[in-house]
Amino acid sequence: MTTRTGLRSAQRSDFAWAWLFILPSIIGFLVFFAVPSVRGLLMSFTNWDLLRPAKFIGLANYAKLLGDKEFLHALRVTAYYVVLNIPLQTVIALGMAVLLDRFTKSTMIRGILILPWLLPNIIVALLWLWMLDPTLGFINQVIMSLGFERQPFLGSVDQAMPTIAAINIWRHAGYTAILLFAGLQNIPKDVYEAAAIDGADERQMFMGITLPLLRPVLIFVLVTSLIGSFQIFDTIVITTKGGPVDATRVVYWYIYEYAFVRFKMGYAATISVALFLILITITVIQMRYFNADTSDLD
Amino acid sequence: MTTMKKTKAGIPTQKIIAWVAISIIILVTLFPVWWVVRTGFSSKQEIYVDTFNLLPVGPTMNNFKRVLGMFTSEEAVAQGGTASGMDFWMGLKNSLVISTTTILGQTFFSAMAAYAFARLKFRFRDQLFFLYLTAMMIPGVVTLVPNYILMARELQWMNTYRGIIAPSFLMTPFAVFFLRQFFLSINHELEEAAKLDGASIPLIFLQVILPLSVPALSTLAILQFLGNWNDYLWPFLIGKDETMRTLTVGLAVFQSQTPQGAPDWGGLMAGTTLSLIPTIIIFLVFGRRAVNAIQFTGFR
Repeated sequence: MTTRTGLRSAQRSDFAWAWLFILPSIIGFLVFFAVPSVRGLLMSFTNWDLLRPAKFIGLANYAKLLGDKEFLHALRVTAYYVVLNIPLQTVIALGMAVLLDRFTKSTMIRGILILPWLLPNIIVALLWLWMLDPTLGFINQVIMSLGFERQPFLGSVDQAMPTIAAINIWRHAGYTAILLFAGLQNIPKDVYEAAAIDGADERQMFMGITLPLLRPVLIFVLVTSLIGSFQIFDTIVITTKGGPVDATRVVYWYIYEYAFVRFKMGYAATISVALFLILITITVIQMRYFNADTSDLD
Repeated sequence: MTTMKKTKAGIPTQKIIAWVAISIIILVTLFPVWWVVRTGFSSKQEIYVDTFNLLPVGPTMNNFKRVLGMFTSEEAVAQGGTASGMDFWMGLKNSLVISTTTILGQTFFSAMAAYAFARLKFRFRDQLFFLYLTAMMIPGVVTLVPNYILMARELQWMNTYRGIIAPSFLMTPFAVFFLRQFFLSINHELEEAAKLDGASIPLIFLQVILPLSVPALSTLAILQFLGNWNDYLWPFLIGKDETMRTLTVGLAVFQSQTPQGAPDWGGLMAGTTLSLIPTIIIFLVFGRRAVNAIQFTGFR
């Protein structure tokens, strides 16, 4: 009898301790994640400049958004950036990962490859702003010494976005390669041996074994880098500030302008919600398309 | 067997090509970083004349002295710098205080939550954990504006350390998730033994679980420290005052104040070089751990 009540009270104290352990994280979660998310959604239905009280205006912000040419431009520019960034970055990273997997297991080399990712965006952007300077930058010195014309890079409407994409590929390719490398390491080597005995060549092995078995990691990499890529901001602060002639005025920059330059919090929230919906849609499509939850290793 | 032999015979040329490629990748990765340092040590006049030299041209410490505030603003302008410059020591102090406090709180409180999720039984445990996981998928842009308003209006924490620190001090969904995965892999037996000895849950957490988890805790702390250290927009929005600038914010301000037509490249790159040092130290000391941590995150 006594042991029983003893057990039960022990369980009850377990219960109390559990909530005590969870409590700080719940406070943090509610105050800075859950409530702000809901509040952001509610704000998107209001007109609010922080000076006067927020005014509920229903779907007016969303109606405005659909006809907002500047927003559409920002979306187009962002999509252009994502298309320039993600495929090339993933292919380069995959190549690097295969090289590492096949030829070296050196942690030092892997360490060097993640170095750019460890650096703040602000520093990476400053570094390339200097490297790509139209008059004194190292890259242009090389280009001219090879007999070509100097390039404006960040200063030209046509080149600014590809240049920013290249800068971010430099920062992220090594990091992505390390993720993919870890995935490659998980593929059992006997699968390759069996295929080699059956007479498969390198290309067939890559298409038939490596890519399918790498799928879960590849999806993780694509989903996270895509979400990150849509939120490009820091690099633009340093390099172009949305210019030249709005060529790099991406969605995040547009939100920033509305919220912290024009102080139109309601409309800024509306754009944020729209960006969120776009990201969710893309993620779901990606998951569906790749059948993310199944692995060929099973 | 014959095919195996053939591929083996082909290895040498393949190997050479591969190592050339690897070397190029390493060069492309490291050279720009060297170019920053090289420029920081070069003198203003020489940067314009000798644009191609791989070593510092007209080697000088003046750019660094200027950024470190060792010249008056008149002297700085006379050298071709700007009067404003950058307060490196202030930025370093702010970055250190903010990043260190954030990860101390975040790691400890997230570990508490992760332990409860991994080991203790309570109602709504799985539902709550699912909520945290969902929050991990919400991009930062959604909470940015509401959190700013929370700081500016309700809490009135603008221009304070706590305003910058608070949002990730008590938890981040990723930290809870990361540590829960690790705690789940710890053997139950030690805890059971401690329980039989009459140890209470907090005691087990502090004396059994945390000591066993030092590798996971430090890995998480390094990743989150770098994340905080590299952050720009949030500390920029909350720490408007000059005395609240972190290193990244200070650098961005320095850059925005340098003359558009003829930027103070020497000063800027000296500032950048100094700002690189903390990251490089972390990289040299914890590089291996960071690599392993990244490889782990791929399998979450």
